[in-house]
Amino acid sequence: MIRERHLNALVLLLLFAVPLWAFFNDAPFTITLATRAVIFALAAVGLNIALGLGGLVSFGHAVFFGIGGYSMGILAHHAQTYTPLMEAPFLIEGTKSMPVIWLVAMVTSAFAALLIGLLSLRTAGVYFIMITLAFGQMFYFFSISWAAYGGEDGLSVYVRNGFPGVNTLVPINFFVICFVILCLVVLLNTLIAKSPFGLALSAARQVPQRVQTVGLDPNRLKLVAFVISGVITGLAGALFADLNRFVSPTMFSWQMSGEIMIFIILGGVARLCGPIIGAVTFVMLEHFLGGLSEYWHIYLGVLLLIIVLFARGGLVGLITGREVAHD
Amino acid sequence: MSTLLIIEQVLNGLQFGVMLFLMAAGLTLIFGVMGLINLAHGSLYMIGAFAAAAVAGLTGSFVLALIAAMAAAAVAGVLVEMLIIRRLYATDHLDQVLATFALILIFSEGTRWLFGSFPLFLNIPDYFSGPVTLPGGIQYPLYRLVLICVGLLVAGALGLFITRTRVGIQIRAGKNDREMIAALGVDISKLYTLIFALGAALAGLAGALVGAIQSVQVGMGEPVLILAFVVIVIGGIGSIKGALIGALLVGLTDTLGGIFLPELFKLFMAPSAAQSSGSALASMAIYILMGVVLIWRPTGLFGARI
Repeated sequence: MIRERHLNALVLLLLFAVPLWAFFNDAPFTITLATRAVIFALAAVGLNIALGLGGLVSFGHAVFFGIGGYSMGILAHHAQTYTPLMEAPFLIEGTKSMPVIWLVAMVTSAFAALLIGLLSLRTAGVYFIMITLAFGQMFYFFSISWAAYGGEDGLSVYVRNGFPGVNTLVPINFFVICFVILCLVVLLNTLIAKSPFGLALSAARQVPQRVQTVGLDPNRLKLVAFVISGVITGLAGALFADLNRFVSPTMFSWQMSGEIMIFIILGGVARLCGPIIGAVTFVMLEHFLGGLSEYWHIYLGVLLLIIVLFARGGLVGLITGREVAHD
Repeated sequence: MSTLLIIEQVLNGLQFGVMLFLMAAGLTLIFGVMGLINLAHGSLYMIGAFAAAAVAGLTGSFVLALIAAMAAAAVAGVLVEMLIIRRLYATDHLDQVLATFALILIFSEGTRWLFGSFPLFLNIPDYFSGPVTLPGGIQYPLYRLVLICVGLLVAGALGLFITRTRVGIQIRAGKNDREMIAALGVDISKLYTLIFALGAALAGLAGALVGAIQSVQVGMGEPVLILAFVVIVIGGIGSIKGALIGALLVGLTDTLGGIFLPELFKLFMAPSAAQSSGSALASMAIYILMGVVLIWRPTGLFGARI
C-alpha cells in the first residue's frame, strides 16, 4: 500500500510524462486523449469541491461545463464571422483569445452558480440532486431551441483559439496549457481544503448545527463552495470546446453531469486526486475497451459495478487501502 | 384556437401523464421505501417494450405481448435486486448512482446485442386502432383513450393495494421504521424484492403500452426516467398520490405548454420569434415547474416535511 500523497504525485507525473513521450514518438492521438482526460479531470476537480468538501451532490454540473463551452463557441463564432456580439448600448466583439474566453466563461459560470445555488440550497439530500438536475435540463433544452447559435447542431469553430506567445495549434502546447491549469486548480483545492473556509465547510457538511452554533451560516459556506465549483467546471467547459473546436447541447446533457460525477466516484470522493484518477481511468477504458468490441459499454458497466461493490472509496481507496468517510 | 383542439391536447396531456405515472409509481416506492436511487428504472421500461415487440412479432397477440412485457421487466428487476441492488441499500446515494448507471450501460448494450441497433415496431391491435367520436364531436384515437383508462385503473388499484392490503401496510410501515417492522416478523428483504418486482412490472407495462405509439429502441428509457424523477420530486418522494398528481401536472404542462406558449407569445411578439421562443420555453416548462415547486415546498407537494 502506498501513501496517498505519493500516489497523487505519481498520477500527475504520469499524466504529464505520457503525452511528452507521445510527442517525441509522434503519436498525436495519444496527446489528444491525454488532453481530454486532463480537461475532464479539471471539471471533476471542480465538482469535487462542492461534492467532496461541501457534500453537495450536484447532478447539474453540466450546466457550467456547457456555459463554458458556449462562452467559447459564441465568442469565437462572432470573431470568425466578423459580426459583433452586441452593438447597443456598447459594442462587444467576438474574440479568439483564450484568456478573454476563459474569463467570460468563469464569470458567466459564477453568475449561474450563484443563482442556481441560491435556489437549490433551499432543499437538501435527494431533492438537491433532483433540483440541480432540473436546472441542467432547463439549460439543455434552452440550448437545443436557441437557433441563433446552432440549436441542436451546435457551433463549429474552424481554428483553435489563441494564447499569447503559444502556438495552440500544436497539440502538445495545448496539452501543456490545460495541464498547467489543472495543477493550479489542484493547488487551489488543497489551499481551500486547509483554509478556515474549507474546514468550516467540512464541518457544515458533517454537523451543520454546530457550525450554526459558532455563528457561521452553513448554507452560505455551501453557496460559496458551489460557486467556486461551478467556476472551475465552467473553465473546463471552455477548454473542452477548444479541444474539439465544437460545442453542442450535449455538453449540457444529464449524461454529461452523470459522467463528471462518475469520474469522482470512480476515483474516490473527497480525495485530492480522486477525480483525476477517475477521469483518466474513464478515458482510458473508453479508448481501450472501445477497440476491443462493438459492445464495449457492457464491459465498462461490469467494471464500474465491480468497483462500486468491491472497492468502496473508489480507486484511490483501493490503492491506498484507506477509506475516507463521506456522507 | 378552438375548444376542440384544447380538449384534444388536454387528453394527450392526460395520456402522457398516466404513462409517466406507471414509471413514477415504481420509482417512488423504491425511492421512498428503500431510499434507493434507481437510474436503471428506465432500462426496465425498455426491456418491457422490447419483450412486448418480440412476443407480438412471434404470436401476433397484443395481450400476450403486454403480459410478456410485465413478466420480463419483473424478472429482470428481481434478478438485479437480488444480485446487485440488495448490496446498495446501506450505501450512500453516490454509490447507487454509479452502480445503477453501470446497469444502464449493461442493459442498453445487452439489448443492442440481442436485437440490433434498428428500432422495432409494435403495432396497435386492430380492436384498439382508429378514432372514436367523443361527446361534442371530438375525434380522438381509441388507443390513447385506452391508455388513459389503463393508467387510471392501475393508479386506483395501486392506491387500494397500498392503503388497504396487509402487504401495503407493511410497505408503508417499512418506509417509516424498517427495524421495527423487521422486529415484528416481516421478512424485509422479501418485501423489498416484491416492491422492486412490482415497480419493474409497472415500468415494463408502460414501456409496452407506449412502445405501440412510438418506436421501440435502445435508449428509449432514459428521457422517460428523467421525467419520472421530475414527477416524484414534484409529488413528494414515497407518495403514490403525489406521483399521480405530479405525473398529471407534468403531462399537462408539457403538452399544453407546447401549444399555448407560442400562442401566448404571439400576443406581444412577431410570429416567428414567438414560435421559437415559445417552444423554447415550452421545452423547459416542466423543469421550471419542478424548480418552482421545490422552491415553494422543498420536499414536494405531498412529501414529508423536513
